[in-house]
Amino acid sequence: MDNLFVLLIFVLVLAIFLGFELINKVPSTLHTPLMSGANAISGITIVGALISSGSDGGLWTTVLGTAAVFFATINVVGGYLVTNRMLGMFKKK
Amino acid sequence: MMDLLQSEIFANLAYIIASMLFIFGLKQLGSPETAQRGNLISSSGMLLAVLVTLISNQIISYEWLVIGLVLGILVGASAASFVKMTSMPELVALFNGFGGIASLLVGSAEYLGTGSLGLISLTAIFLTLIIGGITFSGSLVAYGKLSEILPGKQITFKGQRIVLVAIFIAALLFGAQLIFNFQMVEGWNPLFSFLLLISFALVIGLLITLPIGGADMPVIIALLNSYSGLAASAAGFVINNNVLIVAGALVGASGLILTNIMCKAMNRSLANVVFGSIASSSSGAVNPEEVGEIKPINVSDAYLILEAANSVLVVPGYGMAVSQAQHAVRELGELLEENGCEVNYAIHPVAGRMPGHMNVLLAEANVSYDQLQEPEDVNPVMDTVDVCIVIGANDVVNPDAKENEGSPIYGMPIIEADRSKTVFILKRSMASGFAGIDNPLFGKENSRMLFGDAKESISGLVAEFKS
Repeated sequence: MDNLFVLLIFVLVLAIFLGFELINKVPSTLHTPLMSGANAISGITIVGALISSGSDGGLWTTVLGTAAVFFATINVVGGYLVTNRMLGMFKKK
Repeated sequence: MMDLLQSEIFANLAYIIASMLFIFGLKQLGSPETAQRGNLISSSGMLLAVLVTLISNQIISYEWLVIGLVLGILVGASAASFVKMTSMPELVALFNGFGGIASLLVGSAEYLGTGSLGLISLTAIFLTLIIGGITFSGSLVAYGKLSEILPGKQITFKGQRIVLVAIFIAALLFGAQLIFNFQMVEGWNPLFSFLLLISFALVIGLLITLPIGGADMPVIIALLNSYSGLAASAAGFVINNNVLIVAGALVGASGLILTNIMCKAMNRSLANVVFGSIASSSSGAVNPEEVGEIKPINVSDAYLILEAANSVLVVPGYGMAVSQAQHAVRELGELLEENGCEVNYAIHPVAGRMPGHMNVLLAEANVSYDQLQEPEDVNPVMDTVDVCIVIGANDVVNPDAKENEGSPIYGMPIIEADRSKTVFILKRSMASGFAGIDNPLFGKENSRMLFGDAKESISGLVAEFKS
C-alpha cells in the first residue's frame, strides 16, 4: 500500500461524513434542486475525462476520453443550469 | 509564471479550493433563501477545477477535448433551457445517467491507455465500470419510465432475482479476473473480462430499475443519484485526484440520505423497494363492506363549502402533475386567501415521481415556498382544517396506514386528511392507487368525491369564485 492511497481513503471517509452532515437537515421543499445540484457536482468526473481526452495516451484513450468529456459536460452544464432555473422559481411572497 | 500555474502543486491547491466551493455550495443549497447562491458557488468550483485541468501540463493536445466540450455545452445548455418544468424528473434522471457513463468511460480510457496498472488502480477501474454502468442503464430506464417511453408499471419476469444475483456474482468474478489477471481458461484475455464486466453492469442497472413501479420512483432516483457520485469518487482513485474523490463522496452521501428519507416516508427498507414488489404482498386489502358509502359532490356544492371555509389544506399527488393542475390550484389558493381563508399545501416526501416533485411544480406555479409544508407540520393541526383538498393523491392519505395492521402500507407516515372537517377528493374515477389497495378515506363520513379531471374541477371552482 502506498501512502497516497491511504491518504486518498482518508479524504474519502472524511468527505462522506461531511456529506452526511451537510445534507441531513435539508427541507423536503428543496429535495429536487438538491438532487439536481448534487448531480451536477458528480459531473466532476469531467476532470478525469479532460485528462484522458487530451493526454495523447493512444487512440482508444482519446476517443473514450472525448466521449467522456461530452457526457460529463452535459451533466455539468445542464445540471447547474437546470438547478438554477428551478431555484429561481422558489420565491417567498 | 506559466511554470507555476502548470505545476502539480498549484493544480492540487486549486482542486482543494474547488472542493471547498462544493462544500459551501451544498451547504447553502440546504435553505431556500440561499439555495440559488449555493448553486452558483458550487458551479464556480466546477469552473475552477475545469480551468486548472485545462492549463495543466497533463493535457497535451486540445483538438479532441474541445469538440467534446463544445458539443456537451450545446446539448446541456439547450436541454436545461428549453425543457418544460413538468419534464424535470426525467431530465434529472438523464443527466444523472450521463454522469455515470462519463465515469465509466474515464475508467475505460485509463484501462485501455495505461500500460501497467497496479492493483489499486485496477480495483478502482473495476468500481468505476460497475457503478458507472449501473448508474447509466438504470438512469436510462428511469428516464424512459418518467417520460412514459416505457410503461410506468413494474416490469418483472419469473426468476428475476435469481438472474440478478447470478449476474452480479459473474460480474464480481470477471472483476476479480480483471484485477488479478489469473488464468481463467486457456488463452483468456483480461480484455474479455473488461468487456463482459461493462455489459453485466449495464444489465444489472436494467434489472434493478425495470421492476420499480411509478410510486417507488423517488427512491430509485435518489439511489441512482448517489451511485453517480460514487462512480465519480471511484474515478478519482483511478486518476489519483482528490477533487473527484471529495465531490463524488459528497454526492454519494447526499444521495444516500435522500434515499433513506424516501424509504422512511414509505416505511419500507431499501431492500424491500428494490427486491420486493408491494403489490404481491397486498393480501390484507380492506373488506369492501368496511369502506362506507362513496358520496360524490359537484363543483357548485364544493364551492359553497369552500366559500365558508376559514382554513384550507391542499394535498397534491402525482395526479396533479398528470393533469397539469398546479396553476389552477395556485389561482384557487389566491382566491381563497382573498376570501379571508388560510391556505396551505401539505406535501408528502414521496408524492410524485421524484423527491420534491410537487414542491417544484407548485413553485413553478408561483406558490410561496413557506406555504409548502411537511406532514409532521400539518398533522398536529389537522383538526382545525375546515377543508382538505386531495388532488390526485391516494396512498399518502390512506388511513389504513394508521388503522389497518393487515394493510401493506401499514406504518407508512401519512397526511391525516381524514381528521379535517371536510375532505374533498379530486379523482378521475374510483381506481385504486399505485399500491393497488383500497382507500377507506373515500368512504369516510366527512369525505366528498369530486370526480373528473383535476384541472377542470379546480378551474370550475375558480370560475365559481369569480362569478
